[in-house]
Parts: sequence; C-alpha cells; structure tokens
Amino acid sequence: MTCLHLLLTLVFAVSLGTPVEIQRPRGVPLTKKQFYEEGKPFTCLDGSRTIPFDRVNDDYCDCKDGSDEPGTAACPNGSFHCTNAGYRPMFIPSSRINDGICDCCDTTDEYNSGAKCENTCKELGRKEREVLQKMAEITKEGFLLKQQLIEEAKKGREEKQGKVTDMQENKKQLEEKVEALRTVKEAAEQPEKEAKERHLKAWEEQKAAIRLEKDKAKMAEAFLELDDNSDGFVSVSELQSHAELDPDADGTLTETEVQGLMGGAAQVDTSTFESVWTNIKDKYHSESQPEEPAPVETPPDEVKEPAVDNDSEPYPEDDISEEDDEDEDDKDDYHEDDDKAPPTVKTPEKSHEDEEAMPPYDPDTQALIEAAQKARDDFEDSEKALRVMDDQIRNIEKELSFDFGPDAEFTYMYSQCYELSTSEYIYRLCPFNRVSQKPKYGGSETNLGIWGSWSGPENNKYLVMKYEHGTGCWQGPNRSTTVKLTCGKETVVTSTSEPSRCEYLMEFTTPAVCQEPANTEPSPHGHEEL
Amino acid sequence: MAVISIERMGLLSVVCVSLFFSSTFAVDRGNFKTCDQSAFCKRQRALKPGQSPYRALLETLELSDSRLTLQLINDNNKVHLLLELYRLQGNMTRVKINELKPLKPRFEVPDVLIAEPPTEPLSVLSKDDNGVVLSLGAENQRLIVSARPFRLDIMEGPEVLLSLNSRGLLAFEHLRLHKDTQAQADGAEVKESVDGDQQQDEGKKDEDGESEKEEDGLWEETFKSHTDTKPNGPTSISLDFSLPGVEHVYGIPEHADDLKLKTTDGGDPYRLYNLDVFQYELYNPMALYGSIPVMLAHNTQRTMGIFWLNAAETWVDISSNTAGKTVFGKMLDFVQGSSEKPQTDVRWISESGIIDVFIMLGPKPSKVFSQYASLTGTQSFPPLASLGYHQCRWNYNDQEDVKSVDQGFDQHDIPYDFIWLDIEHADGKRYFTWDPHKFPQPKEMLQGLMDKRRKMVSIVDPHIRVDSGYKIHNEITSKDFYVKNKDGKNYEGWCWPGNSGYPDFTKPEMRAWWASMFAYDQYEGSMENLFTWNDMNEPSVFNGPEVTMHKDALHGKWEHRDIHNIYGLYVQMATAEGQIQRSGGVERPFVLTRAFFAGSQRYGAVWTGDNAAEWDHLKISIPMCLSLGLVGVSFCGADVGGFFKNPSTELLVRWYQTGAYQPFFRAHAHLDTTRREPWLFGPENTALIREVIRQRYALLPYWYQLFYQAHKTGMPVMRPLWVDYPKDTATFTIDDEFLIGSDLLVHPVTEEGSRGVTAYLPGAEEVWYDVHTFQKHNGAQNLYIPVTLSSIPVFQRGGSIIPRKDRVRRSSTCMENDPYTLYVALSPKKFAEGELYIDDGHSFNYDTKKEFIHRSLTFANNALTSSNLCPDCNFLTSSWIEKVLILGASKPSKVLLKMDGKETPVDFEFDTSMSVLTLRKPGMNAGADWTLLLQYQRYFQC
Repeated sequence: MTCLHLLLTLVFAVSLGTPVEIQRPRGVPLTKKQFYEEGKPFTCLDGSRTIPFDRVNDDYCDCKDGSDEPGTAACPNGSFHCTNAGYRPMFIPSSRINDGICDCCDTTDEYNSGAKCENTCKELGRKEREVLQKMAEITKEGFLLKQQLIEEAKKGREEKQGKVTDMQENKKQLEEKVEALRTVKEAAEQPEKEAKERHLKAWEEQKAAIRLEKDKAKMAEAFLELDDNSDGFVSVSELQSHAELDPDADGTLTETEVQGLMGGAAQVDTSTFESVWTNIKDKYHSESQPEEPAPVETPPDEVKEPAVDNDSEPYPEDDISEEDDEDEDDKDDYHEDDDKAPPTVKTPEKSHEDEEAMPPYDPDTQALIEAAQKARDDFEDSEKALRVMDDQIRNIEKELSFDFGPDAEFTYMYSQCYELSTSEYIYRLCPFNRVSQKPKYGGSETNLGIWGSWSGPENNKYLVMKYEHGTGCWQGPNRSTTVKLTCGKETVVTSTSEPSRCEYLMEFTTPAVCQEPANTEPSPHGHEEL
Repeated sequence: MAVISIERMGLLSVVCVSLFFSSTFAVDRGNFKTCDQSAFCKRQRALKPGQSPYRALLETLELSDSRLTLQLINDNNKVHLLLELYRLQGNMTRVKINELKPLKPRFEVPDVLIAEPPTEPLSVLSKDDNGVVLSLGAENQRLIVSARPFRLDIMEGPEVLLSLNSRGLLAFEHLRLHKDTQAQADGAEVKESVDGDQQQDEGKKDEDGESEKEEDGLWEETFKSHTDTKPNGPTSISLDFSLPGVEHVYGIPEHADDLKLKTTDGGDPYRLYNLDVFQYELYNPMALYGSIPVMLAHNTQRTMGIFWLNAAETWVDISSNTAGKTVFGKMLDFVQGSSEKPQTDVRWISESGIIDVFIMLGPKPSKVFSQYASLTGTQSFPPLASLGYHQCRWNYNDQEDVKSVDQGFDQHDIPYDFIWLDIEHADGKRYFTWDPHKFPQPKEMLQGLMDKRRKMVSIVDPHIRVDSGYKIHNEITSKDFYVKNKDGKNYEGWCWPGNSGYPDFTKPEMRAWWASMFAYDQYEGSMENLFTWNDMNEPSVFNGPEVTMHKDALHGKWEHRDIHNIYGLYVQMATAEGQIQRSGGVERPFVLTRAFFAGSQRYGAVWTGDNAAEWDHLKISIPMCLSLGLVGVSFCGADVGGFFKNPSTELLVRWYQTGAYQPFFRAHAHLDTTRREPWLFGPENTALIREVIRQRYALLPYWYQLFYQAHKTGMPVMRPLWVDYPKDTATFTIDDEFLIGSDLLVHPVTEEGSRGVTAYLPGAEEVWYDVHTFQKHNGAQNLYIPVTLSSIPVFQRGGSIIPRKDRVRRSSTCMENDPYTLYVALSPKKFAEGELYIDDGHSFNYDTKKEFIHRSLTFANNALTSSNLCPDCNFLTSSWIEKVLILGASKPSKVLLKMDGKETPVDFEFDTSMSVLTLRKPGMNAGADWTLLLQYQRYFQC
C-alpha cells in the first residue's frame, strides 16, 4: 500500500454567498497559499530545506517545522487549517487528521479515515451567532447596568464621604456635649452625696438610741424576773438558777462562778445590776420567752443603703460589644431592668427588720438625688451616642477603604450575600466578607474562606476573587475559595465545585465585569478569509 | 486509593479511627504482626537447624509411572506423613508432603495451576537401606531420597543443585484434638510445640507448667484486641531448601525492598500475607497487598525456581554463608581456595495447608519463566489501549470534571487512553451504581469518551455495603454468598461504605454470579469502554486484625486462614470473567488489582498500592515491578506522582519519565492532594510531561509485541539485567535500571537535583545506542550520562529492530492505522533482528481466529527482510512502513525495495556524524513480505 493521497484538493469556500474556487494544498490557510506554488520547489517555512513540490502533502515529513505536510498527519508538529465555511476557520494539530474523530465542522480533517462526519458548520455557526448575540445582549445590558452601578456607587460614595464628614463634625459637637454633661453630672453628684451621707448619719444615730432604749427595758425586765423573792435584790442563788449562764459551759453553774459574774457582790440592786447585766445579757434566757433566739448577730449594718447605689453602675459598659448590632430600643430594656431591680433586692430585708428600715429621704435630699440621676442619665446617653457614631464612622471608613474596582462597580455587593443551593449544601458568598457552606439537611456551617484579595490575571485582576483562611481541613490546608466572575445581567452564583480537596471554585455572574461592547454591530461569524 | 480519611468516614467506629489516627505519616508497625507476634512463626522459628526427626520408610515406597510415594515418620511423635514426588514435563519436580491420615482433610490450593501438570516417567536407578536414587530423565539429573534422616537432593552430574530438609527444618504440625477433648492417654508425647522438634531432648526441662504456657498460641491467639479462635489448633508447616553455589535469590513479592533478597538473620523473615498497609515503609520485609510464593535462585551457571503453593500466611527466612563477607573476604576465599562454597539457605513457613513445592530447574532464566508459566499460566494479553497512559485521581468529582480533564488533554495535546473513577463515583460506595448527583448520566459521559476513542475505569471493590436497599447486597444475601464468621453468621466488617459484607469469591457459583453483574443490563450505565479496578481485595477490613479478615472466618468448610492470600486473585478472576462474558467472549478484559497471588497474571494488571510522593518511593517502583515480573506478573506499575502527599514538580516530572517506561502507566493521587493533571505546572513542565507520554505512545508497538511474547512464553516484559546477561555478575544486584524486553535499557533519573547518572551497559559484545541522539556506546561499561530535567537515559541494543509509531495521536486507538518507523540498531557484526506484531488490539480474535500479523524482521548482509512468522494467520492492516532508520550503518550508493518480484529504488539520507541511514518512505504494507537492499559500490568504499 502506497498511501499516496491527493496532493491537492479543491477547497470550496463561501464568501458573501458567492462560491469561489481556490486551489491550494490541503490544510493550507489562504494566508499562506503563496508559499505553496504548484510545480515549483517548496521551501520549508522555516527555510531549513527545499524539496520538490510533489513531496508536499505526500504523507512523509520532510520539513522539521512540519510545513510540507499541512494536510497529513505525517509531521508531529504540523497544523491543519480547516476553512469551516459558515462557522469559524481554525487550526488543529495535524495529528488529528484522519484519526477517526471529527474535529473540523466541515469534515475536511477526516478525508481518509472512514469516520462518518457530518458538516455541522452551518448549525454551529447559527448556534454561535445565537450565543454571541445573546452574549452581546447580555454584555450590552450588563454594561448598561454596570454604568448604573458605577453611577450609584459614585453617588453612594460621595454620600458616604459626605456623611462621614458630617458625622465627624457632629462627633466633635457630641464630644463637647459629653464633656459638658460630665461636668454637670459631677456637679450634681457632689450635693447628692453629701445629702445622702447626712441622712445616713442621722439614721445611724437614731438607730443607736433606739437600741440603747431596748436594752435598758430588757435589763429591767430581767431584773424583775431574776429577783425571785421580789426583795429588790438579785442574789447569788437567784442568779444560779439560770444554768445557761455557766461561763465554762461544764453544765453546772457554781457559786463561785456566779460570784464572778456578780463582780464579787453577794447581791445587787437595780442600780448595780447594770454591770452584772453586761456580763450575762448575751447568754441570758428570759423566763417568759425561753425559746426566743438572740437576734443580736444579724448584721444590720450591711443592709443599709439599699438599691440606690446600684444605679451608679453604668450598665452600658458591659454591653458595648452588642451595641454594634442593636438599636436604640435596647435602652428601654435597660431602663426596665433598672426599675425592676431595687424592689427585688429590698424585699427580704424589709421583712426581717421592718422597724429598722431607713426612713425615706427627706424631700430635699430626694430632689438632689433625682437631679443627680438625671445628670447621670444624660451623660450616659450622650456617651453612648458618641460610641454609636464612632462605630458608624469606622464602618463607613472601612467600606470606603475596600477596592471595589476601578470604577467602584463592585460596591453594590458589599454587605450583600448570594446563595446557591446544590443537592447537599447551601453555598453562600458574601463578597468582600466570606464564603460559607451549610449542609442542607442539618449540620453546622463551614467557613470556606474570608475575603483575601482580587487575584485575576494581570490584565484584569477584577475577574477573580480569592477567599482564604477558612476552616482547616483534616490533614490538609485551610479551606479557600476562588470566585470567578463573568458578565451577566444578574448577580448570581451559578456553580460551585471542589476541584482539589478543600479548594473551592465558584462561578459568579455580575454586570460589574461586563465590558463595553466592542462596536455596535458585532460580526458574529468571523468572515472567512475569502 | 485505600486510606481512611476521617472526615469522610462518618460511619467509622471509634475503635477504627483510633487505629488509624496515630499513623498519619508513616506505617504504624504496631498494627502488623512480627514473626514473634505470629504464634506459628515464633514456634517454627524457634527450631534451629539440626538433625531431622523425620525418617523415610523405604519399604512403603510405591512407584507408578509418574509418581513416587513414600511414608515419612517423625520419630518423636510417630506421626506418619505421605511424601509424593512427581517428575513434571519441562524439567520440574513437584514435592508434596501431607499427613498420611489427617484428622480431616488439609487445604490444598485450587485454581492456581492452569491444569494438573503433565508428568514424565520416573525411574529408580538404585535403592538400598539408606535411600533411593531416581533418574530425572535427561541431562544426567538425579533425585536422591535419603532415609535417615529424611532429605532430598537434586543432583546434576556430581553437583548438588538443591537439597530439601538438609538442615532438618521439615516440620509438620499434625491435626490433633483439643486438649480439653482429647483422651489424656499419652500426654507426655504431645508436649512439643512443633512436631519436628529435634531438640526435644534439650527441651525436656521445659516440661509441665512451662510447656503449658508455651502452648498458648496453639488453640487461641490474641493480637491487639482481636482473638483468633483456632478450632483446629496448630497446623503450621515448614521446610528448608539449600542452594549450593547460589548467592543471589529474587522474587517472593510483594515487598517494598531491593530486587536481590536480603538475608533475614537477626531480623524478621519476609512475610507473605496480603494486607492493606497504610503508608507503607520502604526497605523492610513487611507484608504488603499481594503474595507470590515463588523464589528464583541465580548464579552464572544456572537459574532455578522454588514455587511454594500455599495460600496461608507465610514467612520466608533466607540465610547465606557469604552474607556479611566483604568483597575482599570473598576474594581472599577465592585466592586461598577456600573450601567453603557459597550457599544460600531458604526456609518456608506457612500457617496451614500442606507442603506442595514445585522445583523449577531452569537452567536458563527464560526456561524458569516458561516452567513457571506452564504451571500457573502467562500474563493475560491486555488490550492495546491499556498500555497507553491512564489518568486517575481520587476522585474525579463529577461528569463535568471528567469532561474538563478530558478536554485538558486535548488542549495541551497530550495523549491518554483511560480516565479513572475512584470510590466517590458510586452512590454511597455501593459499587455497580453511580452517584445520582455527580454522575447522573454515565452513558452520556462514556459516549463522550468513546467519541474521542477513549475509555474509562470505574472501581468495584469486594466489600458490599450492608443495606437492604442495595440490590447487590440483597442478591448476595439471598444466595447466601457471603463469607461467614466462626459462628456461621454472615461475616461483617468496616470498610469504605461502613458496615460491609464480603462475598465468598472462593465459591465458583459466587464468582459466576459476580461475573454476570458486569453484563450491560446488570451494571446500569456501563458501556463497552468501561473497565474495572478491584481495590481493597486483600481483603481490607478496617476493624479486622491487621486490617484484614479474621482468620477464623469461614469460606464453606475452609477457614479464612487457609485461603487468605488467594482471595484477591479470585476477585480479579471473577471480574475479568465478567468483562469477557459481557462481550459474548469476544473482547479482552482489563482489570487492575491490588491484591494478588500466584496465577494473578492471568487476569490483568497489578499496581504497587498506596505509595507516597517521595523520591525513595519513585526508586522502589523499579525493584517492586522487577520482582513481580520475575514471578509472572508483567503488567505492573506504581502510582505516578505518588499517592499520598504532593510531589514537587521535579519529582512529578521524573516520575512521569520513569512511569512511561514501566508496563502499567497510571498517574494517581489521594483525595487530600492538590490537583496534578500534567498541565498544572507551567508550560515547561507540561512540555516535559507531554514529551515523555509521547515517547510512550511511539513505543506502543514494541510494548504490545512484548506483552504478546509474555503472553505466549512467560518472559517478563520489564526485566532485571541479569535475565538477559545471566553470566555477568555485575548485573546481579542492579535495580536502578532495567530492560524492556531484551532491546531497551532504561536508567531513569530518580535522584532529586540530579546532574548525571551512571548507567551500566551490559554485554562485552554489545553496543548500545542512545535512543534520543543515536550515539553509540560499547557494552560492559559504566557510562556516566549528564542529565537535565528533560533527560531520560534510554538505550537500544545493537542487534535489535524496534518498530515504532512516531505519529502520536490523542489515544492509542487513534493510531491504529498509522504507519510504522523501524529503528534498526546494528550490532558490531552489522546484524539486527526484531519482530512486528499486529492485531485488532482489543479482541480475542488473535487467539480464536488467528487474526494477527506476526513478522520477523532481520537485517543481515546489508539486507533488511520482513518474513512471516505465522503463515496461516489472517489479518489485514492498513498500516505501512513510512521510514526505516538504520543506526550504525555506512552510506550505501543505492537502496532498493524488493517486493512482489519488483525492485524499486528508495530515497535515503545519511547522517555521517551519528552514522544513521534514513530510508525515506519505502511505503510497503506492514503485513507484506519485502526486502530492503543496501547496495555499496566497491569503488567508493575505499
């Protein structure tokens, strides 16, 4: 078998509907036709050697660059040109000629393999035109949307910058106000403190007097009880009947012990009983109310000053972290708490020592307290307002610091999230923030990376987003996600995959990457070379 | 792949997790037994060489035409054994030893021998009280049976080739009743732990209490948390072989170790027990995924083989009287005429079964290969496409992924034939199914590949998910095909799908059913371009002892203990049969297996399991595949790039360069590695990988012809140098280079940052041509070759003709009708010969209809002639001869093509610098008779 194939083939090409016949060796593009002149020696395109023309496309590789065999598979580095009339012309490696696989839609690559190829160029051309047209429409609309986005972003940015400036101004005023209110508060608290102290001191004195009174009454009562024979004296024997007074607690109250208690006297009268009373009052059991526990040990001092002080602890300090997310409403909650708290604290003390409860502040003091409280509230409110404003400024400044693209066209995605639901998971892309994955049917969310950087190709880094340092993988790296952006009318996550373990890939369409259409009339099917 | 990723194994028990967690970066040796931890090995190894207690009872000798039988008695316990000797055709001797009257039958391994080996007559030359001398037919070979103590010697002339039991290590633990059930009659006699214990006298002080303790491993044995109930008690066997004059022994794969086997004194024996070893270590005798109990012994005079046919856990001890001697010491012996001849002693120990040994007497290496092939069959003849490049990964995620990888090859103009799907493709690891989300349209995917003339492999493992909604499980359950545990219930263990059953592949009915599951209407979504990968078939049981099945599990009446090492062979056998059946017996199967046994070569390809992306793993791939090749398995490869971890770019490139010159060429990677398709490492490295894959494809005709030869003769495809240069002692330990067939010598670069390699070019009479530059080098020299990252030192032997297809295309199938280029490398005597084999590349028609072309190509007397080696064959090809390169030629004045009685001149070119003559487009059909004549005019010669 010699396998000599046709040296030349007629190439029919279609241009503007007019068929034209051009003769050239198989696989040669029109642009190179001039190098293949029939009947004349052929010089390899790299100039390495010259061969007779009948060795062009003779299925044997003579030229190192493969240029003598554009239409056969003889050279390892050759390339074959298919005209693909109706579609796009293309080059394929010459190793794909007659390999049984249809590569060129005009079937010209399979001229001797037995492969049954159909000419699909028209169909492909039509489809491509449709696709291109669609793409063009999308690009066009997308680009318009992008312009809007840019406009909005610009406006938004100006607004925000203006807002920041305004807020900086307001902040200054607010700071001054805080300082002023601090002075007011401090000024109001001084008289409040003094008045409260005064009130307290008076109360202490009053309490001491009452206690003394009570003790005296008790002593008199005891004397009467002890003086069994009512002779106006309490004798050793009379005292000895009270075993509980035994100083060494050995169960017997001896005469000597009693004498000790009585300071050596054999009997005491009401006037001298006072010194004996001091020795025994702690242990003495009244005969009429033998079971009464001695209330002496209860510490009344600790229950003074109820509730009021609590208010001086400023609640907000504990809650700063939550304030970021929460609004003014919370304030009301705190106030409610303030109102409720004191009664719950007061109640138990009242029941025990009702008669010892501090009398209410006198109207003057009460007025001072109320004035001070108001000054405190005003101060705290203004301080909180300052903090809120600070946060707002910081947030806006953070937002303004992001690279939202050359024309800030990606600004609109900020603080948005886009979800894609697959069979197993819900993927969530929050641009400039994070990517996460949550199992559809229960289970906790996995962090697939937090915003890292733009990392597209050099000519346009805004085509790829990189999210890094997500949840760590077992025996592997931290999860990371690459987000590829393509032009689309809508902002949608179109697919996700995990090409390598823990390295995710997300496809994301957005008008923000739509390029300006090249010209108003794109020619969808590149004109053939004829 | 075969590793537990904790993240994925939600179902995995805690026990199993802890088992694997500690072994993150290297094998956890604690998971696998040493000889000391394997009771029978410890018992047997405690026996030291000495006088054997066995005696041959010559009066029981019976000789039939082809068989001699004789009883042996152990003088210590009076147990009788039956010895059977066979003289087999092709210069082999078979020695069988079993109990004369075992309590119940002992296991004899079926399905390994392709047939009952044909015998030749034995004759008694002489006989007296001391023994019997038998003639082994021709060549002055005799077999001497000595009676007291029993031993066997095979002699040729005055020389002993091989002795059995010469060190007295024959030991046969006879079946006995458990001490709880046996009559207490002669308790004193059963104390010795091993029947053949000739040291019984010395050991007497160990009686009573202590010997009770020694017997601990006899009826029960615990390793880690697993207890092996041993209802049959001790059943192990052992026999020693002495090889006088032998210093080099090879084979007994699978071990991650050097080609030349090491002595095992002071360490563990080589272990043969099919195990799923997580992140295996190199250079040690630990067991791996497969076992082929065949050892070759070689010296300059002779090559012999020992085939120990036993499928139970086996240990092989090797010792040598020259081990440890330095080269200088050996020289001293030589100069002083030391009387001590070098000798290697080998001892085989198996846990159960019988002694059934085949002694293959060679004497040439090729003869040993054909002898072994005559017993267990040859390498299956693979479909041509399976010799191409395979792209694998755990896992190609979905159909889209498969499509884009497929397109990647075309975009980067790299050929490939097979893309592989690992366990994630199946629906919940239910093999024979597809994940409905990731692979909803398998046929569409396969059709897409078929349109590109490419193929796919899906994994089908032998562990079956216990799931009443799974057809395969339900059918196996209803047919009662599962392996049973010791209590007779279905054996269950943990593997990829969680709780799994293990089909009993030892049952022929089970295998037939399994095969039927590959029918196109059973395996839904399969098509004729879908092939199969059997992984985890050791079998791997994550929560079993040593990550495999309990030894007391039951396969019918046999214990898993008896059949363990052959389980994997049966899986691949049944799968290959399924692929044959689905095509109505027309198409050749392709099945890759991880576990294997003697005979596995008949069913497909083997790979070296879960290696790692490390330079040492690249290096070890050579001796591992060479060892397999020596014992029948030619279709061997290692995961290119390394399975675990991420290779450096340099390592990946070097691994492609090495793998392209090894028989089974597949890149594979673990789930946790980053992607590594050939084009992901920059254009320069893509070009390097493309180039070497193209070299592989250009050489496919040669690979294919070598596999045909392997299939026909048993010759290994990838060979150690000593196979072709058996008298050149310098080749005996080389395992960093190898031969492909006889004609290509490959010395891959396996060192990081290498600037040069030293290759040994064998053969004092040979010349070798660098296949890239055509530079000629003399043989019998160490040649230093400077290398760059693009270098792959490969040499073609002077005297050979290699046909290539230099037009590399997308896949091997696309190259079917392409023309050949003949590379004629002349010997110093201006001679060369080679072969050309062509068939359809995929069917059995070469066998059933003789549809193939087999031609001999000879260059002699300035004429290159193609002649027909199979005149009654019938195959037409449209391939033709486009070019002939004659290396080492001189410039002729004229070249003529003589064909069909006509003479036509042929254009040629001559490259003076390298003496290469290129004949331009002679154009004859590859199947035709023709002669190319080089004519020289005397005048111009001087």
